[in-house]
Amino acid sequence: MLQLTFFNITNGLIIGAFYALMAIGLSLILNLSGVINFAHGGFLVIGAYLAYTLRPYIGFWGALVVAPFLTALIGLAVERFLVRRLYGRDPLYSLLLTFGLAFIIEDGTRQIWGANGLPFSIPEALSSPLSNEFFFITGYRMFMVAMVAIVVALLFVLLRYTRIGVRIRAGTLDLETVAALGVNVRALRSLNFAVGIFLAGLAGVLAAGQIGLEPTMGDGLLMPSFIAIIVGGVGSLTGTLLGGLLIGVASGLTAVVFPSASEAVIYVMMAIVLLVRPRGLLGEEGMLS
Amino acid sequence: MIKRLDFGAMDRRAVVKAGAAAGLVQFAAPFIVAARGEAPIKIGVDNPLTGTYAAPGKNEGVGIQLAVDQLNAKNGILGRQIELLTEDSTSGDAGAAVQKARKLIERDNVDFLVGNVNSALAQAMAQVSNEKGVLHIVPGGHTDGITGTNCKWNVFRVCSTTRMEANSICPLLFTTYGKKWHFITPDYAFGHTLFDGCEANLKKLGGTVTGNELTPLGITDFSAYLIKARAANPDVLVVLVQGNDMVNCLKQISQFGIDKQIHVAGTQQELEPVEAMPAEARVGIWMFEWYWKQAAGTPGLDQFIADIRKRTDGKVPTARTWFGYVTIHAYALACEKAKTIEAKAVAKALSDMELPPEIKMQPNKVYFRGGDHQLMLSAFVGELMQKGDGDPENLFKVNHIVSGDTDAPPVSETGCTMQMPA
Amino acid sequence: MTAEQYRHAAVLAAIWAALILAPYWMPLFGGYTALGSRVLVLGLGAMAVNFLLGFTGVLSFGHAAWFGLGAYACGLTMKFVALSTPLGLLAGTLVGGIAGALLGALLVRRRGVYFAMVTIAFGQVFYYIAFQWSSVTGGDDGLRGFARQPLDFKLFQIDLLHNDLYFYYFVLVCFAAAVGVMAFILGSPFGRTMIAIRENERRARFLGIPIELHIWIAFTLSCFFMAFAGALYALLNNFADPRVLHYSLSGDFVIMAVMGGMRTFWGPLLGAVVFVVLQDYLSSVTVNWMSFIGILIVLIVLFFPRGILGLLRQRRTA
Repeated sequence: MLQLTFFNITNGLIIGAFYALMAIGLSLILNLSGVINFAHGGFLVIGAYLAYTLRPYIGFWGALVVAPFLTALIGLAVERFLVRRLYGRDPLYSLLLTFGLAFIIEDGTRQIWGANGLPFSIPEALSSPLSNEFFFITGYRMFMVAMVAIVVALLFVLLRYTRIGVRIRAGTLDLETVAALGVNVRALRSLNFAVGIFLAGLAGVLAAGQIGLEPTMGDGLLMPSFIAIIVGGVGSLTGTLLGGLLIGVASGLTAVVFPSASEAVIYVMMAIVLLVRPRGLLGEEGMLS
Repeated sequence: MIKRLDFGAMDRRAVVKAGAAAGLVQFAAPFIVAARGEAPIKIGVDNPLTGTYAAPGKNEGVGIQLAVDQLNAKNGILGRQIELLTEDSTSGDAGAAVQKARKLIERDNVDFLVGNVNSALAQAMAQVSNEKGVLHIVPGGHTDGITGTNCKWNVFRVCSTTRMEANSICPLLFTTYGKKWHFITPDYAFGHTLFDGCEANLKKLGGTVTGNELTPLGITDFSAYLIKARAANPDVLVVLVQGNDMVNCLKQISQFGIDKQIHVAGTQQELEPVEAMPAEARVGIWMFEWYWKQAAGTPGLDQFIADIRKRTDGKVPTARTWFGYVTIHAYALACEKAKTIEAKAVAKALSDMELPPEIKMQPNKVYFRGGDHQLMLSAFVGELMQKGDGDPENLFKVNHIVSGDTDAPPVSETGCTMQMPA
Repeated sequence: MTAEQYRHAAVLAAIWAALILAPYWMPLFGGYTALGSRVLVLGLGAMAVNFLLGFTGVLSFGHAAWFGLGAYACGLTMKFVALSTPLGLLAGTLVGGIAGALLGALLVRRRGVYFAMVTIAFGQVFYYIAFQWSSVTGGDDGLRGFARQPLDFKLFQIDLLHNDLYFYYFVLVCFAAAVGVMAFILGSPFGRTMIAIRENERRARFLGIPIELHIWIAFTLSCFFMAFAGALYALLNNFADPRVLHYSLSGDFVIMAVMGGMRTFWGPLLGAVVFVVLQDYLSSVTVNWMSFIGILIVLIVLFFPRGILGLLRQRRTA
């Protein structure tokens, strides 16, 4: 039983790392622009399908690099022509816009690539597990965790040590002042959005190796991302990372004792956090009133 | 004394017809096959074309369309052309499916209703069709209740019941692999009854259930359950999840190398998820409800495959395609037999009606059992292949074909008490 | 009466005339009575969301929870307690409303996105309960085994089950009752206070208005209306399934409210008409109806945020 628990905690961390990747992208967009991106799952799907299409030409590794960039470009276009008009308005509108966008993306991908799932295998080099004992720690999942770690590290460096990063962080706290200081806020927001979408696209490519590649694959990942943000604390990227890991572990542990509740438990967690400590674990007070 | 109020429904209809005659009804025309000559027979299809169940729904639609075209080319049913009306029930809530069913029955006056892939939607629609007395065949909705506790005189079903599926494969798994089984079961009615069927079989054979992991529908990561399953050290890992869940689960099973330590098997398997899996995930013993690669000389098979390939850019027919195909042809045959399209007569004709060789396209007798209106179709038991045997589309090796009569429980055990109308 | 009042009365008369005569003019455009019933029920739901969103300024994105609770409570009552339409309706409304009252008390200190997310969380928890507790709720297969019963008035019966026309008028009567109560509340001092809170919460607070109490009451009332609509929905389908609790349905209601005009009374009904009819029509004509609906939502949000009625109002006052 102890070993089972230990295994599930470790496994939960791996799952949680993936949730965190999605959630961080979502969080970036939410923090700076106040946009609740209901289409984040859709961008994940786009990233996955692009990787599938590009793979025969540039291989898995090439697709891993290129697909998220292309997805980010699409995200950039979406921000420029659609989302930008909604800054400053009630967050309800951006929520609805992305809600509608999610419909379009689901239908679009189904139209282009068909309703049936498409086969996507992981590269040979990553396919074997660490050992017989730890069969669930496969090379691919280690790779995923490594990618998340790299991304988080890069993001940390970007936000703390580059000028753009500092501006983004400042903008999260007080965009008006940042604009008054002469920073091109428009470009900043676009870049920020693009980075968030890049992460979604990357998550998509990684997900395609693990789960079936089909138009609705992003649906089950959207809500956990929101919950990770709420649990970890809105406004704090470290919090989001923590939140993702936490819900991953919670889900894994619940699967041991009460398997059918392993998805419901993260909603219960969110409800508790919202009622007891609404700013989340590491969040800042009043971020979302 | 109770008096029923009737505000002259006939007058309203007259007004409506006058307006319709002005041609304004054409304003909202769904997919229609143009009618010729006499008033056409209307068939309404209420199946998912979007959402999670879009893939099987679309394939059923392809089979349906082929059958309709074939019949129309040969003088239709009883000399009347068929007009096919298709509605998207969506994979979502029953409200939409029920709405479309009402639309097809009330506004479009269909003579025959078809659907749904989703069991819940199928049952909701069956309530409507029963209320209105319209003949209804469910091509691919699997919950046992449709021809069990909720059986109705006007509802028939083509695909298997979960009990039939369990009965068809469990004896083989036991003798081939061993007696300790661990289950991964989707946590909804279909999964529960499937598990019950397997458990009953296992107990009868003298085996044991080492555990039953109930997984939420739509879960993407099965690792936690696979960890538990592995720890229980069974002989067989029985995977009962379907559709996208099946793809996710098998992908993860093969990546974890579990298939190299434990035998993997399950009951129902379909080409739709199999086509979505990479080669290394195609492991295990399963049953299909119909498979395209069969003994040479099976009547009607080659033509069917060729026709479907033409309509789907070269893809082979799946069990779902076959369900749709059979649904329409069965209806046509029953109408011809009854010499009318009146629902009660057709229902009577369908009961115990056997499918001719070029429609059933399999060995064994295939017929709609009278007691519960369930089609006694065969189970194609075999194993998934990682490398096709020379044919890249042949992903499943059929080892034997169990007849419906053999694996179906008797009517008395299904819970169906059929009440035919007066 | 002033010209303004005449116009107002005329508009009201037109709306009710259209609703009452709907089964007669709808078929001319390819409609059918059951579609009208669905529009009314979902329209009521949208108006319930708008009660909170448009008039109090509080966004609840999980309102389908109360809709679903109403539906299940109605169905369960009719299945296990007594086969009676009025009882089912009453039970549905009470259960959903009381649940809303209880949970609302926990929520009122939060605002904005927090509030929305908690409501989504509650909705999803109910969704999972409905799914897992399959012995009672039927799980994914849905809750069956009940059907709307004839209304027995001792002297005569009205068959609601087999006659869609009668059911439509039944729904219309229920709708009228709910809408009447809603209008009454909005016209009362309480309603004025809600609008004051929407306009400027801080100022309202400084005026000594107990904000949390008002929001809680508004939330509770909105849940009662929502649960009522949910119970009607269960009667409409003779069925209840878990998706009626899912947040995507909540999203639909919000979209209807916004599409029709968030700050207006009849806007959400109009939004429901457009949304439901469009979805019904488009999904018959093309498999890509989701794209069209999505594009419509995007266009509305970008260019017509005040919705149809809001636009008309703007034109008039401009």
